[in-house]
Amino acid sequence: MNLSESKDFAVSTASLKDVRVFCREIFEKINLPQEQKDELVLAIAEAAQNIVKHGYKGVEETNDRMEIKISLKDKDLEIGFFDKGKAVVPENVKHRKLDDIKPGGLGTFFIKQIMDNAVFKKDQDGWVNHLILTKKI
Amino acid sequence: MSYKVTEEGNISTVFLNGEIDMDVTEKAKEVILPIVESGKEVHLNLKDVSYMDSSGISVLIESHQKALEKNTKVVVKEVSKSVLKVIMMAKLEQILNLE
Repeated sequence: MNLSESKDFAVSTASLKDVRVFCREIFEKINLPQEQKDELVLAIAEAAQNIVKHGYKGVEETNDRMEIKISLKDKDLEIGFFDKGKAVVPENVKHRKLDDIKPGGLGTFFIKQIMDNAVFKKDQDGWVNHLILTKKI
Repeated sequence: MSYKVTEEGNISTVFLNGEIDMDVTEKAKEVILPIVESGKEVHLNLKDVSYMDSSGISVLIESHQKALEKNTKVVVKEVSKSVLKVIMMAKLEQILNLE
């Protein structure tokens, strides 16, 4: 099955629920175990949360939008995230050590656990950051 | 997210309901942490929590650590399958008091 759908969202914590609804609606069309769908929704929501939390850190309110594009070609799932927040330095994107128990720092770990690959691309048109998550499903 | 708190002796049970994400973590902390601060044992009932992300996990960790500081404990009860999976992904099943 091939598909490609995208949607833009306000950069706000209140949008995270809408992001999950968007993902769930798309994954309903794909024949996958529910557990795997739940994991994918978590990874996508964590990446969206990173945009709100880190890309717009210190920004009280913004009219900026972020865009999420979900594409499936055969068994290759690709999820693109586009935002106009602070430019991400990929080398600085790290999760905390799991044995250093403290609040925070797990979102990126979850993404890495769930997805096969996460890369920042420089090919964005009018955006600041373009994160691509991929997974063979 | 909605919640309900019941009291029985020195135990307060907080029933959380819905999806716990970054948008509601402050609300969750405002409910849970003052009870922990008061020195009571807190039972967090998660049977009606259908989704929890890393922000929700942070609330569990912060509550647990605050309880240790106050010589009390937070017990996480009736965790739904989907939330348990996230807790296990974070390798916290041996750290948090799960029942």
